[in-house]
Amino acid sequence: MFLQQIANALALGAVYSLFAIGFTLIFGVLEVITLAHGAVFMMGAFAGLIAVTKFNAGLASTLLASMIVSGLAGYLIDLIAVGPLRKRKFHHLAPMIATIGCATIITSTYQGIFGAEAYRFPFDFVPSTSYDIGGIQLTLLQLIIIGISLFLMIVLIFFLNKTRWGKAVRAVAENPKTAALLGIPVEQVFRLTMSISSAFGGAAGVLTGLNFNTIHTFMGGPILHRGIAVIILGGMGDIRGAMAGGLILGFSEILSVAYISSDFRDAISFGLLFLILLVRPSGIFGKVIERKG
Amino acid sequence: MSDLITSFWQTYNTLFYTVFVHGMLALSIYITLSCGQLSLGNAAFMGIGAYTAALLTMKAGAPFGLSLIAGGFLPAAVALIIGIPTLRLSGVYLAMATLGFGEVVRVVFLNMKITGGSLGLNGVPLKTELWHLILVMGILIYFFIKLRNSRFGRILEAINEDEVAASVMGIRATYYKVWAFAIGAFIAGVAGGLNAHFTFFISPREYGFEPAVDILTFAILGGTRTLWGPLAGSTILSILPELFRFLGPYRLALNGIILVLVVLYLPNGIVDRDTFSNLKKFFKKEENA
Repeated sequence: MFLQQIANALALGAVYSLFAIGFTLIFGVLEVITLAHGAVFMMGAFAGLIAVTKFNAGLASTLLASMIVSGLAGYLIDLIAVGPLRKRKFHHLAPMIATIGCATIITSTYQGIFGAEAYRFPFDFVPSTSYDIGGIQLTLLQLIIIGISLFLMIVLIFFLNKTRWGKAVRAVAENPKTAALLGIPVEQVFRLTMSISSAFGGAAGVLTGLNFNTIHTFMGGPILHRGIAVIILGGMGDIRGAMAGGLILGFSEILSVAYISSDFRDAISFGLLFLILLVRPSGIFGKVIERKG
Repeated sequence: MSDLITSFWQTYNTLFYTVFVHGMLALSIYITLSCGQLSLGNAAFMGIGAYTAALLTMKAGAPFGLSLIAGGFLPAAVALIIGIPTLRLSGVYLAMATLGFGEVVRVVFLNMKITGGSLGLNGVPLKTELWHLILVMGILIYFFIKLRNSRFGRILEAINEDEVAASVMGIRATYYKVWAFAIGAFIAGVAGGLNAHFTFFISPREYGFEPAVDILTFAILGGTRTLWGPLAGSTILSILPELFRFLGPYRLALNGIILVLVVLYLPNGIVDRDTFSNLKKFFKKEENA
Protein backbone atom coordinates (compact mmCIF):
# COMPACT_ATOMS: atom_id res chain seq x y z
CA MET A 1 0.00 0.00 0.00
CA PHE A 2 2.68 2.46 1.06
CA LEU A 3 4.91 1.51 -1.89
CA GLN A 4 1.96 1.98 -4.22
CA GLN A 5 1.46 5.49 -2.88
CA ILE A 6 5.08 6.22 -3.71
CA ALA A 7 4.43 5.50 -7.39
CA ASN A 8 1.44 7.87 -7.41
CA ALA A 9 3.35 10.53 -5.53
CA LEU A 10 6.28 10.30 -7.95
CA ALA A 11 4.06 10.80 -10.99
CA LEU A 12 2.22 13.71 -9.37
CA GLY A 13 5.37 15.29 -7.98
CA ALA A 14 7.22 15.00 -11.29
CA VAL A 15 4.54 17.05 -13.04
CA TYR A 16 4.55 19.62 -10.24
CA SER A 17 8.32 19.91 -10.60
CA LEU A 18 8.02 20.33 -14.35
CA PHE A 19 5.46 23.10 -13.93
CA ALA A 20 7.37 24.83 -11.15
CA ILE A 21 10.72 24.70 -12.92
CA GLY A 22 9.50 27.08 -15.63
CA PHE A 23 7.79 29.24 -13.06
CA THR A 24 10.93 29.56 -10.98
CA LEU A 25 13.14 30.13 -14.03
CA ILE A 26 11.01 33.10 -15.04
CA PHE A 27 11.24 34.52 -11.53
CA GLY A 28 14.98 33.93 -11.41
CA VAL A 29 15.67 35.63 -14.73
CA LEU A 30 12.91 38.22 -15.17
CA GLU A 31 12.09 38.73 -11.47
CA VAL A 32 8.43 38.44 -12.37
CA ILE A 33 5.84 36.11 -10.89
CA THR A 34 3.84 35.19 -13.97
CA LEU A 35 0.34 34.50 -12.83
CA ALA A 36 -0.37 33.52 -16.45
CA HIS A 37 1.60 30.30 -16.01
CA GLY A 38 -1.55 28.39 -15.07
CA ALA A 39 -3.33 29.61 -18.19
CA VAL A 40 -0.35 28.61 -20.31
CA PHE A 41 -0.45 25.17 -18.68
CA MET A 42 -4.12 24.84 -19.66
CA MET A 43 -3.30 25.91 -23.24
CA GLY A 44 -0.71 23.14 -23.43
CA ALA A 45 -3.22 20.54 -22.28
CA PHE A 46 -5.77 21.63 -24.90
CA ALA A 47 -3.13 21.77 -27.64
CA GLY A 48 -2.24 18.16 -26.79
CA LEU A 49 -5.88 17.17 -26.78
CA ILE A 50 -6.48 18.69 -30.22
CA ALA A 51 -3.33 17.09 -31.60
CA VAL A 52 -4.61 13.68 -30.48
CA THR A 53 -8.28 13.94 -31.35
CA LYS A 54 -8.07 15.96 -34.57
CA PHE A 55 -4.72 14.94 -36.01
CA ASN A 56 -4.29 11.47 -34.50
CA ALA A 57 -0.85 12.42 -33.19
CA GLY A 58 1.35 10.01 -31.30
CA LEU A 59 2.72 10.67 -27.85
CA ALA A 60 5.88 12.49 -28.96
CA SER A 61 4.15 14.80 -31.41
CA THR A 62 1.37 15.49 -28.90
CA LEU A 63 3.97 16.62 -26.40
CA LEU A 64 5.72 18.66 -29.06
CA ALA A 65 2.48 20.34 -30.13
CA SER A 66 1.62 21.40 -26.60
CA MET A 67 5.13 22.69 -25.95
CA ILE A 68 5.11 24.71 -29.17
CA VAL A 69 1.70 26.26 -28.48
CA SER A 70 2.57 27.11 -24.88
CA GLY A 71 6.03 28.34 -25.78
CA LEU A 72 4.52 30.63 -28.38
CA ALA A 73 2.01 31.88 -25.81
CA GLY A 74 4.87 32.67 -23.43
CA TYR A 75 6.69 34.51 -26.21
CA LEU A 76 3.59 36.59 -26.98
CA ILE A 77 2.93 37.38 -23.31
CA ASP A 78 6.45 38.72 -23.03
CA LEU A 79 6.22 40.57 -26.35
CA ILE A 80 2.91 42.26 -25.59
CA ALA A 81 2.58 42.64 -21.84
CA VAL A 82 5.73 42.01 -19.84
CA GLY A 83 8.48 43.13 -22.21
CA PRO A 84 7.32 46.73 -22.74
CA LEU A 85 7.24 47.23 -18.96
CA ARG A 86 10.94 46.44 -18.65
CA LYS A 87 11.98 49.43 -20.72
CA ARG A 88 10.20 51.90 -18.45
CA LYS A 89 10.66 52.21 -14.74
CA PHE A 90 7.34 51.19 -13.30
CA HIS A 91 5.82 50.03 -10.09
CA HIS A 92 7.53 46.77 -9.26
CA LEU A 93 4.21 44.93 -9.27
CA ALA A 94 3.25 46.10 -12.76
CA PRO A 95 4.56 43.04 -14.66
CA MET A 96 2.74 40.66 -12.32
CA ILE A 97 -0.51 42.57 -12.79
CA ALA A 98 0.01 42.48 -16.55
CA THR A 99 0.28 38.70 -16.39
CA ILE A 100 -2.98 38.59 -14.43
CA GLY A 101 -4.55 40.41 -17.37
CA CYS A 102 -3.05 37.89 -19.81
CA ALA A 103 -4.32 34.98 -17.73
CA THR A 104 -7.83 36.45 -17.74
CA ILE A 105 -7.75 36.95 -21.51
CA ILE A 106 -6.51 33.41 -22.21
CA THR A 107 -8.81 31.65 -19.75
CA SER A 108 -12.00 33.43 -20.76
CA THR A 109 -11.25 33.03 -24.46
CA TYR A 110 -10.76 29.29 -23.95
CA GLN A 111 -13.93 29.14 -21.87
CA GLY A 112 -15.74 30.84 -24.73
CA ILE A 113 -14.44 28.24 -27.18
CA PHE A 114 -14.46 25.03 -25.16
CA GLY A 115 -17.11 25.75 -22.55
CA ALA A 116 -16.97 24.43 -19.00
CA GLU A 117 -17.12 20.70 -19.70
CA ALA A 118 -14.30 18.22 -19.13
CA TYR A 119 -12.58 16.62 -22.11
CA ARG A 120 -10.82 13.26 -22.26
CA PHE A 121 -8.10 11.67 -24.28
CA PRO A 122 -9.19 8.68 -26.42
CA PHE A 123 -9.57 5.56 -24.33
CA ASP A 124 -6.49 3.62 -25.44
CA PHE A 125 -4.16 6.53 -26.16
CA VAL A 126 -1.77 5.11 -23.59
CA PRO A 127 -2.24 1.34 -23.19
CA SER A 128 -3.18 0.47 -19.63
CA THR A 129 -0.39 -2.00 -19.00
CA SER A 130 1.50 -1.98 -15.75
CA TYR A 131 4.87 -3.22 -14.62
CA ASP A 132 6.09 -4.64 -11.37
CA ILE A 133 9.26 -2.89 -10.32
CA GLY A 134 10.59 -4.01 -6.94
CA GLY A 135 7.10 -4.70 -5.62
CA ILE A 136 5.64 -1.41 -6.87
CA GLN A 137 2.97 -1.55 -9.55
CA LEU A 138 3.82 1.21 -12.01
CA THR A 139 1.44 1.80 -14.90
CA LEU A 140 2.89 2.58 -18.29
CA LEU A 141 1.31 6.02 -17.99
CA GLN A 142 3.08 6.74 -14.73
CA LEU A 143 6.37 5.57 -16.23
CA ILE A 144 5.85 7.83 -19.24
CA ILE A 145 5.01 10.82 -17.05
CA ILE A 146 8.00 10.31 -14.77
CA GLY A 147 10.26 9.56 -17.74
CA ILE A 148 9.26 12.59 -19.82
CA SER A 149 9.46 14.93 -16.84
CA LEU A 150 12.92 13.69 -15.90
CA PHE A 151 14.11 13.86 -19.49
CA LEU A 152 12.89 17.44 -19.95
CA MET A 153 14.44 18.56 -16.68
CA ILE A 154 17.78 16.98 -17.56
CA VAL A 155 17.68 18.66 -20.97
CA LEU A 156 17.00 22.01 -19.31
CA ILE A 157 19.84 21.63 -16.84
CA PHE A 158 22.20 20.59 -19.64
CA PHE A 159 21.06 23.61 -21.66
CA LEU A 160 21.62 26.01 -18.79
CA ASN A 161 25.01 24.65 -17.84
CA LYS A 162 26.64 23.67 -21.10
CA THR A 163 25.32 25.76 -23.98
CA ARG A 164 26.14 29.34 -24.94
CA TRP A 165 22.53 30.51 -24.67
CA GLY A 166 22.06 28.68 -21.41
CA LYS A 167 25.06 30.42 -19.93
CA ALA A 168 23.64 33.72 -21.19
CA VAL A 169 20.39 32.97 -19.34
CA ARG A 170 22.32 32.35 -16.14
CA ALA A 171 24.35 35.51 -16.59
CA VAL A 172 21.20 37.58 -17.03
CA ALA A 173 19.69 35.95 -13.95
CA GLU A 174 22.77 37.00 -12.01
CA ASN A 175 22.74 40.61 -13.19
CA PRO A 176 21.06 41.93 -16.35
CA LYS A 177 23.11 45.14 -16.48
CA THR A 178 26.47 43.40 -16.28
CA ALA A 179 25.27 40.84 -18.79
CA ALA A 180 24.34 43.64 -21.20
CA LEU A 181 27.76 45.21 -20.76
CA LEU A 182 29.31 41.88 -21.66
CA GLY A 183 27.44 41.93 -24.95
CA ILE A 184 24.70 39.47 -24.10
CA PRO A 185 21.44 40.30 -25.94
CA VAL A 186 19.46 40.63 -22.72
CA GLU A 187 16.07 41.26 -24.34
CA GLN A 188 16.35 38.09 -26.41
CA VAL A 189 17.41 36.13 -23.34
CA PHE A 190 14.33 37.35 -21.48
CA ARG A 191 12.10 36.30 -24.34
CA LEU A 192 13.82 32.95 -24.71
CA THR A 193 13.38 32.30 -20.99
CA MET A 194 9.67 33.09 -21.18
CA SER A 195 9.25 30.78 -24.18
CA ILE A 196 11.17 27.84 -22.73
CA SER A 197 9.52 28.14 -19.33
CA SER A 198 6.07 28.35 -20.87
CA ALA A 199 6.82 25.34 -23.07
CA PHE A 200 7.64 23.41 -19.90
CA GLY A 201 4.36 24.61 -18.41
CA GLY A 202 2.56 23.30 -21.51
CA ALA A 203 4.29 19.91 -21.22
CA ALA A 204 3.17 19.74 -17.58
CA GLY A 205 -0.34 20.54 -18.80
CA VAL A 206 -0.54 17.68 -21.25
CA LEU A 207 1.01 15.25 -18.74
CA THR A 208 -1.50 16.29 -16.07
CA GLY A 209 -4.28 15.84 -18.61
CA LEU A 210 -3.03 12.30 -19.25
CA ASN A 211 -2.49 11.52 -15.57
CA PHE A 212 -6.05 12.34 -14.50
CA ASN A 213 -7.54 11.96 -17.98
CA THR A 214 -9.52 15.16 -17.68
CA ILE A 215 -8.88 18.47 -19.36
CA HIS A 216 -10.96 21.52 -18.65
CA THR A 217 -10.61 25.25 -18.98
CA PHE A 218 -10.16 25.98 -15.29
CA MET A 219 -7.40 23.48 -14.66
CA GLY A 220 -4.89 26.34 -14.57
CA GLY A 221 -5.98 27.74 -11.20
CA PRO A 222 -5.15 24.89 -8.82
CA ILE A 223 -1.80 24.15 -10.48
CA LEU A 224 -0.86 27.82 -10.26
CA HIS A 225 -1.39 27.79 -6.49
CA ARG A 226 0.66 24.63 -6.22
CA GLY A 227 3.37 26.11 -8.40
CA ILE A 228 3.59 29.08 -6.05
CA ALA A 229 3.77 26.73 -3.07
CA VAL A 230 6.50 24.69 -4.76
CA ILE A 231 8.77 27.57 -5.68
CA ILE A 232 8.51 29.04 -2.20
CA LEU A 233 9.18 25.66 -0.68
CA GLY A 234 12.27 25.23 -2.84
CA GLY A 235 13.45 28.82 -2.78
CA MET A 236 12.38 31.30 -5.43
CA GLY A 237 14.43 31.26 -8.60
CA ASP A 238 16.18 28.03 -7.69
CA ILE A 239 15.83 25.18 -10.17
CA ARG A 240 16.98 22.37 -7.86
CA GLY A 241 14.59 23.79 -5.30
CA ALA A 242 11.68 23.65 -7.73
CA MET A 243 12.44 20.00 -8.53
CA ALA A 244 12.71 19.03 -4.88
CA GLY A 245 9.73 21.19 -3.89
CA GLY A 246 7.55 19.56 -6.56
CA LEU A 247 8.34 16.10 -5.26
CA ILE A 248 7.80 17.17 -1.64
CA LEU A 249 4.40 18.60 -2.52
CA GLY A 250 3.48 15.50 -4.54
CA PHE A 251 4.39 13.25 -1.61
CA SER A 252 2.71 15.40 1.02
CA GLU A 253 -0.52 15.52 -0.99
CA ILE A 254 -0.66 11.81 -1.77
CA LEU A 255 0.29 10.77 1.75
CA SER A 256 -2.16 13.17 3.38
CA VAL A 257 -4.95 11.84 1.18
CA ALA A 258 -3.96 8.26 1.97
CA TYR A 259 -3.43 8.58 5.70
CA ILE A 260 -5.25 11.68 6.96
CA SER A 261 -8.17 12.92 4.90
CA SER A 262 -8.68 14.01 1.35
CA ASP A 263 -10.60 17.05 2.58
CA PHE A 264 -7.57 18.74 4.00
CA ARG A 265 -5.18 18.02 1.12
CA ASP A 266 -4.97 21.65 0.05
CA ALA A 267 -4.85 22.93 3.62
CA ILE A 268 -1.87 20.70 4.36
CA SER A 269 0.14 21.87 1.37
CA PHE A 270 -0.67 25.49 1.98
CA GLY A 271 -0.26 25.20 5.73
CA LEU A 272 3.19 23.80 5.01
CA LEU A 273 3.87 26.73 2.73
CA PHE A 274 2.70 29.22 5.33
CA LEU A 275 4.94 27.64 7.96
CA ILE A 276 7.96 27.63 5.66
CA LEU A 277 7.46 31.31 4.99
CA LEU A 278 7.39 32.07 8.68
CA VAL A 279 10.36 29.89 9.61
CA ARG A 280 12.54 30.10 6.54
CA PRO A 281 11.18 32.57 3.95
CA SER A 282 14.04 31.89 1.59
CA GLY A 283 12.91 28.27 1.11
CA ILE A 284 14.97 25.12 1.31
CA PHE A 285 17.67 26.02 -1.21
CA GLY A 286 17.18 29.76 -1.54
CA LYS A 287 19.42 32.54 -0.44
CA VAL A 288 17.98 35.41 1.56
CA ILE A 289 17.62 38.23 -0.90
CA GLU A 290 15.71 41.40 -0.31
CA ARG A 291 13.82 41.84 -3.49
CA LYS A 292 11.09 44.18 -4.47
CA GLY A 293 9.08 42.10 -6.85
CA MET B 1 -40.91 57.68 -15.82
CA SER B 2 -41.05 56.56 -12.22
CA ASP B 3 -42.00 53.09 -13.47
CA LEU B 4 -38.89 53.11 -15.55
CA ILE B 5 -36.78 54.06 -12.56
CA THR B 6 -38.41 51.38 -10.39
CA SER B 7 -37.83 48.64 -12.94
CA PHE B 8 -34.30 49.85 -13.55
CA TRP B 9 -33.66 49.75 -9.81
CA GLN B 10 -35.15 46.30 -9.47
CA THR B 11 -32.92 44.99 -12.22
CA TYR B 12 -29.74 46.67 -11.15
CA ASN B 13 -29.90 47.18 -7.39
CA THR B 14 -27.68 44.15 -6.72
CA LEU B 15 -25.14 45.58 -9.10
CA PHE B 16 -25.36 48.90 -7.30
CA TYR B 17 -24.79 47.19 -3.95
CA THR B 18 -21.91 45.21 -5.43
CA VAL B 19 -20.23 48.41 -6.59
CA PHE B 20 -20.25 49.66 -2.99
CA VAL B 21 -18.89 46.41 -1.58
CA HIS B 22 -16.17 46.23 -4.22
CA GLY B 23 -15.28 49.83 -3.43
CA MET B 24 -14.81 48.94 0.24
CA LEU B 25 -12.68 45.94 -0.68
CA ALA B 26 -10.54 48.10 -2.94
CA LEU B 27 -10.02 50.50 -0.02
CA SER B 28 -9.12 47.59 2.23
CA ILE B 29 -6.16 46.71 0.02
CA TYR B 30 -5.37 50.39 -0.62
CA ILE B 31 -4.33 50.93 2.99
CA THR B 32 -1.79 48.10 2.90
CA LEU B 33 -0.60 49.16 -0.55
CA SER B 34 -0.13 52.70 0.72
CA CYS B 35 2.64 51.44 3.01
CA GLY B 36 4.10 49.41 0.16
CA GLN B 37 2.82 46.00 1.23
CA LEU B 38 1.00 43.69 -1.14
CA SER B 39 -1.55 41.55 0.66
CA LEU B 40 -3.43 38.86 -1.21
CA GLY B 41 -5.27 37.85 1.94
CA ASN B 42 -8.09 40.38 1.80
CA ALA B 43 -10.55 38.01 0.19
CA ALA B 44 -9.94 35.63 3.10
CA PHE B 45 -10.54 38.44 5.60
CA MET B 46 -13.72 39.29 3.73
CA GLY B 47 -14.73 35.65 4.07
CA ILE B 48 -14.04 35.55 7.80
CA GLY B 49 -16.13 38.69 8.21
CA ALA B 50 -18.93 37.36 6.02
CA TYR B 51 -19.19 34.02 7.83
CA THR B 52 -18.91 35.65 11.27
CA ALA B 53 -21.61 38.20 10.57
CA ALA B 54 -23.91 35.75 8.78
CA LEU B 55 -23.60 33.11 11.50
CA LEU B 56 -24.24 35.67 14.23
CA THR B 57 -27.46 36.90 12.63
CA MET B 58 -28.61 33.44 11.59
CA LYS B 59 -27.71 31.29 14.57
CA ALA B 60 -27.49 33.75 17.47
CA GLY B 61 -30.10 36.23 16.32
CA ALA B 62 -27.71 39.11 16.94
CA PRO B 63 -28.69 42.57 15.74
CA PHE B 64 -27.33 43.45 12.31
CA GLY B 65 -25.05 46.25 13.51
CA LEU B 66 -23.45 44.02 16.11
CA SER B 67 -22.85 41.20 13.62
CA LEU B 68 -21.23 43.65 11.23
CA ILE B 69 -18.91 45.01 13.87
CA ALA B 70 -18.01 41.51 15.02
CA GLY B 71 -17.44 40.63 11.35
CA GLY B 72 -14.92 43.45 11.26
CA PHE B 73 -13.12 42.75 14.52
CA LEU B 74 -12.56 39.03 14.07
CA PRO B 75 -10.62 39.36 10.80
CA ALA B 76 -8.73 42.31 12.31
CA ALA B 77 -7.73 40.13 15.26
CA VAL B 78 -6.64 37.34 12.91
CA ALA B 79 -4.68 39.91 10.90
CA LEU B 80 -2.87 41.09 14.03
CA ILE B 81 -1.92 37.53 14.92
CA ILE B 82 -0.67 36.49 11.49
CA GLY B 83 0.60 39.98 10.64
CA ILE B 84 3.30 40.09 13.30
CA PRO B 85 5.33 37.22 11.81
CA THR B 86 4.38 37.71 8.14
CA LEU B 87 4.97 41.44 7.86
CA ARG B 88 8.64 40.91 8.51
CA LEU B 89 8.52 39.48 5.01
CA SER B 90 8.42 41.89 2.14
CA GLY B 91 7.61 42.10 -1.53
CA VAL B 92 6.68 38.83 -3.18
CA TYR B 93 7.24 36.82 -0.02
CA LEU B 94 4.50 38.72 1.77
CA ALA B 95 2.20 38.36 -1.23
CA MET B 96 2.80 34.61 -1.28
CA ALA B 97 2.43 34.23 2.50
CA THR B 98 -0.93 36.01 2.44
CA LEU B 99 -1.92 33.91 -0.56
CA GLY B 100 -1.06 30.76 1.41
CA PHE B 101 -3.03 32.08 4.36
CA GLY B 102 -6.00 32.75 2.08
CA GLU B 103 -5.97 29.18 0.77
CA VAL B 104 -5.82 27.77 4.29
CA VAL B 105 -8.82 29.89 5.29
CA ARG B 106 -10.75 28.76 2.22
CA VAL B 107 -10.10 25.10 2.96
CA VAL B 108 -11.11 25.58 6.58
CA PHE B 109 -14.43 27.06 5.43
CA LEU B 110 -14.82 24.09 3.10
CA ASN B 111 -14.43 21.58 5.92
CA MET B 112 -16.13 23.11 8.93
CA LYS B 113 -19.62 21.96 9.88
CA ILE B 114 -20.82 25.36 11.01
CA THR B 115 -19.90 27.06 7.72
CA GLY B 116 -21.88 24.53 5.72
CA GLY B 117 -18.86 23.10 3.87
CA SER B 118 -18.74 23.45 0.12
CA LEU B 119 -22.48 24.11 -0.01
CA GLY B 120 -21.96 27.32 1.92
CA LEU B 121 -24.53 29.13 3.98
CA ASN B 122 -27.94 29.42 2.45
CA GLY B 123 -30.65 31.82 3.53
CA VAL B 124 -28.64 34.62 5.06
CA PRO B 125 -31.32 37.19 6.01
CA LEU B 126 -31.53 40.16 3.66
CA LYS B 127 -30.66 43.01 5.96
CA THR B 128 -28.34 45.26 4.03
CA GLU B 129 -30.00 48.41 2.78
CA LEU B 130 -28.65 51.10 0.57
CA TRP B 131 -28.20 53.58 3.41
CA HIS B 132 -26.02 51.12 5.32
CA LEU B 133 -23.69 50.95 2.37
CA ILE B 134 -23.67 54.71 1.86
CA LEU B 135 -23.04 55.28 5.58
CA VAL B 136 -20.13 52.82 5.74
CA MET B 137 -18.64 54.18 2.54
CA GLY B 138 -19.02 57.73 3.85
CA ILE B 139 -17.19 56.82 7.06
CA LEU B 140 -14.42 55.15 5.07
CA ILE B 141 -13.95 58.13 2.75
CA TYR B 142 -13.85 60.49 5.75
CA PHE B 143 -11.34 58.21 7.48
CA PHE B 144 -9.06 58.05 4.45
CA ILE B 145 -9.21 61.80 3.83
CA LYS B 146 -8.29 62.44 7.49
CA LEU B 147 -5.64 59.72 7.34
CA ARG B 148 -3.74 61.40 4.57
CA ASN B 149 -2.48 64.30 6.67
CA SER B 150 -2.39 62.52 9.99
CA ARG B 151 0.72 61.23 11.72
CA PHE B 152 -0.25 57.64 10.96
CA GLY B 153 -0.88 58.41 7.28
CA ARG B 154 2.46 60.16 6.89
CA ILE B 155 4.25 57.29 8.61
CA LEU B 156 2.67 54.86 6.14
CA GLU B 157 3.79 57.04 3.27
CA ALA B 158 7.31 57.23 4.67
CA ILE B 159 7.43 53.43 4.90
CA ASN B 160 6.18 53.20 1.34
CA GLU B 161 8.81 55.59 0.02
CA ASP B 162 11.72 53.93 1.80
CA GLU B 163 11.32 51.50 4.62
CA VAL B 164 14.97 51.52 5.63
CA ALA B 165 15.12 55.31 5.75
CA ALA B 166 11.90 55.38 7.79
CA SER B 167 13.32 52.89 10.28
CA VAL B 168 16.51 54.93 10.59
CA MET B 169 14.36 57.92 11.52
CA GLY B 170 12.95 55.94 14.42
CA ILE B 171 9.70 54.68 12.90
CA ARG B 172 8.80 51.19 14.03
CA ALA B 173 7.97 50.01 10.53
CA THR B 174 6.64 46.54 11.39
CA TYR B 175 4.36 47.95 14.09
CA TYR B 176 2.67 50.37 11.68
CA LYS B 177 2.56 47.83 8.86
CA VAL B 178 0.73 45.40 11.12
CA TRP B 179 -1.79 48.09 12.05
CA ALA B 180 -2.39 48.99 8.40
CA PHE B 181 -2.86 45.29 7.66
CA ALA B 182 -5.36 44.92 10.52
CA ILE B 183 -7.33 48.00 9.48
CA GLY B 184 -7.48 46.60 5.96
CA ALA B 185 -8.75 43.30 7.37
CA PHE B 186 -11.38 45.15 9.41
CA ILE B 187 -12.66 46.98 6.31
CA ALA B 188 -12.68 43.78 4.27
CA GLY B 189 -14.54 41.98 7.05
CA VAL B 190 -17.26 44.63 7.28
CA ALA B 191 -17.59 44.60 3.48
CA GLY B 192 -17.94 40.82 3.65
CA GLY B 193 -20.63 41.10 6.31
CA LEU B 194 -22.58 43.65 4.27
CA ASN B 195 -22.19 41.53 1.15
CA ALA B 196 -23.43 38.36 2.86
CA HIS B 197 -26.60 40.12 3.97
CA PHE B 198 -27.77 41.00 0.49
CA THR B 199 -26.57 38.05 -1.60
CA PHE B 200 -28.63 35.57 0.48
CA PHE B 201 -25.99 32.91 -0.04
CA ILE B 202 -22.26 32.62 0.65
CA SER B 203 -19.81 29.83 -0.17
CA PRO B 204 -16.04 29.30 0.23
CA ARG B 205 -15.53 29.76 -3.50
CA GLU B 206 -16.20 33.47 -3.17
CA TYR B 207 -13.20 33.97 -0.90
CA GLY B 208 -10.45 32.11 -2.75
CA PHE B 209 -7.59 33.14 -4.99
CA GLU B 210 -9.54 34.74 -7.84
CA PRO B 211 -11.43 37.23 -5.63
CA ALA B 212 -8.13 38.14 -3.95
CA VAL B 213 -6.64 38.91 -7.34
CA ASP B 214 -9.79 40.82 -8.33
CA ILE B 215 -9.45 43.06 -5.28
CA LEU B 216 -5.84 43.80 -6.17
CA THR B 217 -6.92 44.52 -9.74
CA PHE B 218 -9.50 47.09 -8.59
CA ALA B 219 -6.82 49.06 -6.77
CA ILE B 220 -4.12 48.80 -9.43
CA LEU B 221 -6.48 49.69 -12.28
CA GLY B 222 -7.80 52.76 -10.50
CA GLY B 223 -4.44 53.83 -9.11
CA THR B 224 -3.04 53.50 -5.61
CA ARG B 225 -1.85 57.04 -5.05
CA THR B 226 -5.15 58.53 -3.90
CA LEU B 227 -8.21 57.04 -2.29
CA TRP B 228 -10.30 57.85 -5.40
CA GLY B 229 -8.21 55.50 -7.52
CA PRO B 230 -9.34 52.22 -5.90
CA LEU B 231 -12.93 53.48 -5.89
CA ALA B 232 -12.80 54.33 -9.60
CA GLY B 233 -11.15 51.00 -10.41
CA SER B 234 -13.66 48.92 -8.50
CA THR B 235 -16.61 50.80 -10.01
CA ILE B 236 -15.36 50.36 -13.56
CA LEU B 237 -14.53 46.68 -13.16
CA SER B 238 -17.88 45.93 -11.50
CA ILE B 239 -19.97 47.65 -14.15
CA LEU B 240 -18.05 46.66 -17.30
CA PRO B 241 -18.97 42.94 -17.22
CA GLU B 242 -22.63 43.96 -16.94
CA LEU B 243 -22.42 46.35 -19.87
CA PHE B 244 -20.82 43.65 -21.99
CA ARG B 245 -23.06 40.81 -20.91
CA PHE B 246 -23.89 40.16 -24.58
CA LEU B 247 -20.29 39.02 -25.10
CA GLY B 248 -21.02 35.96 -22.95
CA PRO B 249 -17.98 34.23 -21.55
CA TYR B 250 -15.70 36.50 -23.57
CA ARG B 251 -16.62 39.54 -21.50
CA LEU B 252 -14.02 38.72 -18.87
CA ALA B 253 -11.41 38.79 -21.61
CA LEU B 254 -12.29 42.46 -21.97
CA ASN B 255 -11.41 43.01 -18.30
CA GLY B 256 -8.07 41.37 -19.00
CA ILE B 257 -7.42 43.55 -22.05
CA ILE B 258 -8.25 46.71 -20.09
CA LEU B 259 -5.97 45.61 -17.28
CA VAL B 260 -3.04 45.04 -19.62
CA LEU B 261 -3.62 48.35 -21.40
CA VAL B 262 -3.83 50.28 -18.13
CA VAL B 263 -0.65 48.71 -16.77
CA LEU B 264 1.12 49.53 -20.03
CA TYR B 265 -0.14 53.03 -20.66
CA LEU B 266 -1.34 54.42 -17.32
CA PRO B 267 1.28 53.17 -14.87
CA ASN B 268 -0.21 55.14 -11.99
CA GLY B 269 -3.73 53.93 -12.68
CA ILE B 270 -6.73 55.81 -13.96
CA VAL B 271 -6.85 58.38 -11.15
CA ASP B 272 -3.53 59.89 -10.13
CA ARG B 273 -2.80 62.68 -7.64
CA ASP B 274 -2.80 65.36 -10.30
CA THR B 275 -5.75 64.02 -12.29
CA PHE B 276 -8.24 66.49 -10.84
CA SER B 277 -6.00 69.53 -11.25
CA ASN B 278 -5.18 68.43 -14.80
CA LEU B 279 -8.88 68.12 -15.60
CA LYS B 280 -9.51 71.59 -14.16
CA LYS B 281 -6.71 73.04 -16.27
CA PHE B 282 -8.05 71.23 -19.33
CA PHE B 283 -11.54 72.69 -18.92
CA LYS B 284 -10.18 76.19 -18.19
CA LYS B 285 -8.25 76.07 -21.44
CA GLU B 286 -11.41 75.04 -23.30
CA GLU B 287 -13.24 78.05 -21.87
CA ASN B 288 -10.48 80.46 -22.80
CA ALA B 289 -10.18 79.18 -26.32
